[in-house]
Amino acid sequence: MRLADSGKTLGKKLSSALGDSLLAAIVAFALFSLVLGLRTVDSATGLTLEPRPALLATVVAIVFVGRLALNLFVWQTDYPLTRPFAKLFTSEPFETRDAVTLALAFVLGALGVAAGFLFTETLYGLIGALVLAFIGIGLLRRATVRTFPNLPYTQVFVAGGILFALFFPIVSYALESTFNLGLPLRYWFDLSILILTYVMLGWGLNIVVGLAGLLDLGYVAFYAVGAYTFALLATHFGLGFWICLPIAGAAAALWGIVLGFPVLRLRGDYLAIVTLAFGEIVRIILLNWTEVTGGPNGIAGIPKPTFFGLPFSPFAEGTTFSGFFGIHYDGLHALIFLYYVILVLALMTNLVTLRLRRLPVGRAWEAMREDEIACRSLGINTTVTKLSAFATGAMFGGLAGCFFATRQGFVSPESFTFIESAIILAIVVLGGMGSQLGVAIAAIVMVGGFEALRHTAGLQAIFGEEFDPALYRMLLFGLAMVAIMIWRPRGIVSSRAPTISLGDASAISGDLVRQGR
Amino acid sequence: MTAPLLALDGVTVGYGLLPVLHDVSLQIRSGEIVCLIGANGAGKTTTMMTICGRPRVSHGQVVFDGTDISQHPTHEIARLGICQSPEGRRIFARMTVMENLQMGAIVANTPDGFESDLARVFALFPRLADRSNQRGGTLSGGEQQMLAIARALMGRPKLLLLDEPSLGLAPLVVKQIFEAIKELNAQGLTVFLVEQNAFYALKLANRGYVMVNGRITMTGTGDELLASEHVREAYLDGATGPEEEVSIS
Ligand SMILES: Nc1ncnc2c1ncn2[C@@H]1O[C@H](COP(=O)(O)OP(=O)(O)OP(=O)(O)O)[C@@H](O)[C@H]1O
Ligand SMILES: [Mg+2]
Repeated sequence: MRLADSGKTLGKKLSSALGDSLLAAIVAFALFSLVLGLRTVDSATGLTLEPRPALLATVVAIVFVGRLALNLFVWQTDYPLTRPFAKLFTSEPFETRDAVTLALAFVLGALGVAAGFLFTETLYGLIGALVLAFIGIGLLRRATVRTFPNLPYTQVFVAGGILFALFFPIVSYALESTFNLGLPLRYWFDLSILILTYVMLGWGLNIVVGLAGLLDLGYVAFYAVGAYTFALLATHFGLGFWICLPIAGAAAALWGIVLGFPVLRLRGDYLAIVTLAFGEIVRIILLNWTEVTGGPNGIAGIPKPTFFGLPFSPFAEGTTFSGFFGIHYDGLHALIFLYYVILVLALMTNLVTLRLRRLPVGRAWEAMREDEIACRSLGINTTVTKLSAFATGAMFGGLAGCFFATRQGFVSPESFTFIESAIILAIVVLGGMGSQLGVAIAAIVMVGGFEALRHTAGLQAIFGEEFDPALYRMLLFGLAMVAIMIWRPRGIVSSRAPTISLGDASAISGDLVRQGR
Repeated sequence: MTAPLLALDGVTVGYGLLPVLHDVSLQIRSGEIVCLIGANGAGKTTTMMTICGRPRVSHGQVVFDGTDISQHPTHEIARLGICQSPEGRRIFARMTVMENLQMGAIVANTPDGFESDLARVFALFPRLADRSNQRGGTLSGGEQQMLAIARALMGRPKLLLLDEPSLGLAPLVVKQIFEAIKELNAQGLTVFLVEQNAFYALKLANRGYVMVNGRITMTGTGDELLASEHVREAYLDGATGPEEEVSIS
């Protein structure tokens, strides 16, 4: 790749860099001239447009300078400045200049942190800390890989993650109740429950999209079916969570089959459109069938799950959870219990999927994704295979929906809009289709990151009081997706573990296989 | 003479309104290698696919082992013992060689027989044993062809359909594959073969059929067809005779 550039003189490089940056600036101008350059203002005479040339100029200038810097120091130079940073995440040996660059960056980062403390400039502090953290993590990673080259890192990582998920609420609750640290436990638990719900939904949809290769844009419909099944059964017949959970799963599976039949012959884009429509139909029915579903008002008063029959409420009749164990009532108990319920549900989804993958039906799903005609001529009934994929995926969606209803205590059609389907699908695609670990990571990153943005006061400290991070969530969300798709076009985890092997079982990288297959 | 294992009886087939096969009749007896040759677009692949139930016949019958299978769904036809190595191989690209073979074994439905069947196809194609944990899509073309045949064999077929097994392969590999077919046939497998490589195919086959524009125009033993002026003109480049430099041993 250097070959092409080697003949270029400095002047040529400079002019091509300038040209490229100018082009980028023009594109930025075209893009932002309406988005940022104009602002609609509500005035007495109606809506008027207020031009913001200064802001527009700043943004375009940032694009120009940034692109120029990238051109000069990364793309068009013999020694890209980014190389030592990339090397942090490989095992290539460092050259002297790598070390110098890293050391310089380190010093700058430290200066930033110091400046942040001294002058209470949060922005400098934050950037400095990020730089330090990046270099630190990279060095740590290199050191670990060098000392223990043969550890099964993926397994260690997964085991660590599961252990963390298992013990995090108990340990943090114990710490809090002993030392009164003032940890925002309620927020942590709420957030982790939310993340786990999406992990479960991602794993459920992964069966349909990742394994069976059926692009489903209406997955939220099954989530809704599960939620409403429980909501209706609970409010009309007074049934509890644990009885309704399997019923909700079964109902959603049934709807999965109902959706499956008309789309048996469809694939790809056409399937996506029909499933999208299905998701909307379910939502619109929920919205308009007011006598049964309560319409836009939804259904309230959905009971919480009990701990083997022991309710968590302090007002409940009979023995309560705290009463039975003779401990002081704490609202967090119910939350921790909910956490473990969704954790178990999610892990169950994962285990069932992993198990199914090794059974003929799971293998048939994957084979069907690869080539439907070949599947049929090998004796696989693709009708049954497709329906089973829809039903299984839908069932997990329904279980998650049932959990959602009990957690919220309230359901309404608003929770089941297309954007939910899109987020779940994005989790599956970004995670790496078919990869369980990737889906979990993607769910944590997307939902956790999304949520973090909502609450970060730090950003406000940087960008001023009126900066509302929530407004930029979708923008950042899109940026994150684009970034992942550029650097990891097959998703975060693109390798696929074989289900059977002779000799060493090794994960097989996705990069070696043609794109789009 | 016993009843044929597979018989197409006045089969007419079309895609939509466009007829492709016209009144095709052919028989394949147990233990035979039968070969179908013809120009591009003659309808050879269509014949193969028709046996497997897609496209469906509009007239006539497909009789396998005494039952009319022309209305059976594809997967049930496969379960009766007709396994196909289809045109274009159609292996499962993201699944490993082993997983591809496992998929093939579904029809056989003998969980205990898997190991021995595996040993058998690996003996036939040792190359696949070396590559057993590799993804199907990353195999070379010839390896993919071997995998497609091996996958079909894992189903313990009574009748093996091979659609252009030599497509895109080096002469040496073609020879290997044809030798493998011969060996399988010696073990008692019935083979129905479609080939562009008419010379090799007719040498190998007990009998052959020639298809022109969706009609069977000629039939005979392999040697008879090889000797026929018309076949030589149309499919063997006219000039060369069968006693050319290569021969299948
Ligand atoms: N799915 C289809 N829809 C419409 N027409 C088709 C379809 N498949 C094949 N045909 C047509 O049917 C005719 C026979 O095709 P077929 O694939 O059977 O030829 P073939 O003898 O196998 O040729 P080749 O040697 O090139 O593989 C061709 O004219 C082809 O265009
Ligand atoms: Mg063909």
